Amino acid sequence: MRHIISLLMENEAGALSRVAGLFSARGYNIESLSVAPTEDSTLSRMTIVTRGSEEVIEQIVKQLNKLIDVVKILDLSDGSHIERELMLVKVRAYGKDREEMKRMADIFRGRIIDVTEKTYTIELTGPGAKLDAFIEAIDPAVILETVRTGASGIGRGERILKI
Amino acid sequence: MELTGAEITVRCLMEEGVEFVFGYPGGAVLNIYDAIFKQDGFKHILVRHEQAAVHAADGYARSTGKVGVALVTSGPGITNAVTGIATAYMDSIPLIVISGQVSTHAIGLDAFQEVDAVGITRPCVKHNFLVKDIKELAATIKKAFYIASTGRPGPVLVDIPKDITSQAFEYVYPATVNMRSYNAGVKGHGGQIKKAAQMLLEAKRPMIYSGGGVVLGNAAPQLVELTRLLGFPCTNTLMGLGAYPATDKQFVGMLGMHGTYEANMAMQHSDVLLAVGARFDDRVIGSPEHFAREARRIIHIDIDPSSIAKRVRVDVPIVGDVAAVLDELIKLIKAAKEPRDEAALSAWWTQIEGWRNLDCLKFDRHSDIIKPQRVIEQLWQVTQGDAFVTTDVGQHQMWAAQFYKFDQPRRWITSGGLGTMGFGLPAAMGVQLAQPGRNVACVTGESSIQMCIQELSTCRQYHIPIKIINLNNRYMGMVRQWQEFFYGNRYAESYMDSLPDFVKLAESYGHVGMKIEKPEDVEAALREAFALKDRLVFMDFITDQTENVFPMVPNGAGISEMILAEEL
Ligand SMILES: Cc1ncc(C[n+]2csc(CCOP(=O)(O)OP(=O)(O)O)c2C)c(N)n1
Repeated sequence: MRHIISLLMENEAGALSRVAGLFSARGYNIESLSVAPTEDSTLSRMTIVTRGSEEVIEQIVKQLNKLIDVVKILDLSDGSHIERELMLVKVRAYGKDREEMKRMADIFRGRIIDVTEKTYTIELTGPGAKLDAFIEAIDPAVILETVRTGASGIGRGERILKI
Repeated sequence: MELTGAEITVRCLMEEGVEFVFGYPGGAVLNIYDAIFKQDGFKHILVRHEQAAVHAADGYARSTGKVGVALVTSGPGITNAVTGIATAYMDSIPLIVISGQVSTHAIGLDAFQEVDAVGITRPCVKHNFLVKDIKELAATIKKAFYIASTGRPGPVLVDIPKDITSQAFEYVYPATVNMRSYNAGVKGHGGQIKKAAQMLLEAKRPMIYSGGGVVLGNAAPQLVELTRLLGFPCTNTLMGLGAYPATDKQFVGMLGMHGTYEANMAMQHSDVLLAVGARFDDRVIGSPEHFAREARRIIHIDIDPSSIAKRVRVDVPIVGDVAAVLDELIKLIKAAKEPRDEAALSAWWTQIEGWRNLDCLKFDRHSDIIKPQRVIEQLWQVTQGDAFVTTDVGQHQMWAAQFYKFDQPRRWITSGGLGTMGFGLPAAMGVQLAQPGRNVACVTGESSIQMCIQELSTCRQYHIPIKIINLNNRYMGMVRQWQEFFYGNRYAESYMDSLPDFVKLAESYGHVGMKIEKPEDVEAALREAFALKDRLVFMDFITDQTENVFPMVPNGAGISEMILAEEL
């Protein structure tokens, strides 16, 4: 099962490597990991997307909790939540492809944020699955470059991760 | 008062009541050594290799329950220490390792003797710190001691750049530690403890399985009280030996790969299992697939939630300080009114006695070659079961575990998790310094002892009168045993050729050496050695090369599938 784990950790040098090191040392899978400081500059918030059986996820959460720099953890997948990821895709866009690309971007509510004679750069946000779907939907031959931020997540309503 | 970083470091150690610092100097820690020179709050023990500094601090910590301290320089100093740190980490031993680092402005520039100490040690410490600002030095050391010694203990590294040790700053040692991200004290869940008590009272074939956590959590008295109160059989893991007295009739011996037949069978056939401060690891329960999980209900008490349900799913998990949880359990059991199924318990004991009658630890007592098991038995007799015993790793370690009957915790000092050859001698130094006047024996093999043999020199310098029991079979015995059983007698590189004359070697370091070749001389030699109260005696016992450790559970099998000693 795919899980999105959110955690608050001390904004200390080396904290990120402790998390990354834990995943590689114990052979846990990381699909994506994103991290940035929060409104409280002493804390960073990390979102980890991982896959594993219930037992493995339970161990991941316990092991993360054991890291001294980790302040609080929430497995977002345990309840309702919102997931968003940002993707930038540069595509070849000339001739008849140009119109088609614009149409596809519109369908996926993407925005064209850079234009040259031969290329478009499209910005797209949404859950990971939507970004995957966009990539699936366009001709692979026209994709020049993609970059994704990895997922960020937040609980719905009163589900709050805060200290 | 303004002090230099070096002075602050030393003052912090004194503040923590440190008695010994095991270390080795070098460029990056010279300021700290200068500050040590000027103080007399603790004693510095100069080892001959940084690995030994950490093992010695570890031996000190295991035998006392206090935090051990090691001090090493940057680069090769800290890399040499890594084996010691990993050894302590695997067995959850509270240590502070202070390492020098190149100056802050040189970090990352491949400076002379620079290594990323925090990076290298990250996977084998409970936590580590690089002190980049003198303002944080004292608070960091305070935190390091707090983290190392609370919760599930473990080693903590504090890496201090050289320039920090020469800068000056106002010294205040914080009185308390406040960390929002670390909460060491967990109280066991009352409802779960009630459930556990109920389950124990209903058991027909109960078993108590206790591990190193009981020793580390100073919960041996509670374990003993609960076990006696219930009348249940009790087994200890390798790490837990001594938590329940081995000479007591409710003790069924150690369990696991080289556990007793009765312990492993009782474990496998129990209907209610109480696991305390233990972690169901591969050397203990074998492969989880063969553990017949569904055949019994399991209660698991541990301070570390990640130890619970890691390899085996449990029915009643209880996260908490082991001693406190056992206290609660004892109260509930004492107050319980329901009659218990005495008939079932007595039938269970009859079954266990049947297994015990197999006498799985038997060996040839009439051999004219020295049997290693006999040496340990006699060591136990000569020291009246009251010695501190450290070991290295191999067959000798297992025989020591099987044949020295530990009746108290913190007497058995062995590298269980990492299985580090070279641990025994330096660990014994730390134990002996912590326990002056007590008998300290290092049970070792001719291969292991050579991994830290240089420490004989340290022992000479500080008059550390340990007794080394070298079970010399001219083989890496445990490797040879696996090759005999599983590799068609192909003894690839397990013969120890070109051994030194250990008697002369010991003498050249200024110690007493003895070579013992006949079974009838074993006891007298041991008596003679232990009578030499203030000397280190290196006893080289020439033992049977072909002896194997039994019982043995082959790797990956279930624990009731034991290979037993061939009929004698
Ligand atoms: C540092 C290290 N290297 C290798 C091993 C693998 N190993 C485990 S037991 C053993 C043989 C130990 O031989 P010895 O010290 O003579 O003890 P014996 O088994 O003969 O009693 C070896 C090589 C280890 N545990 N530690």
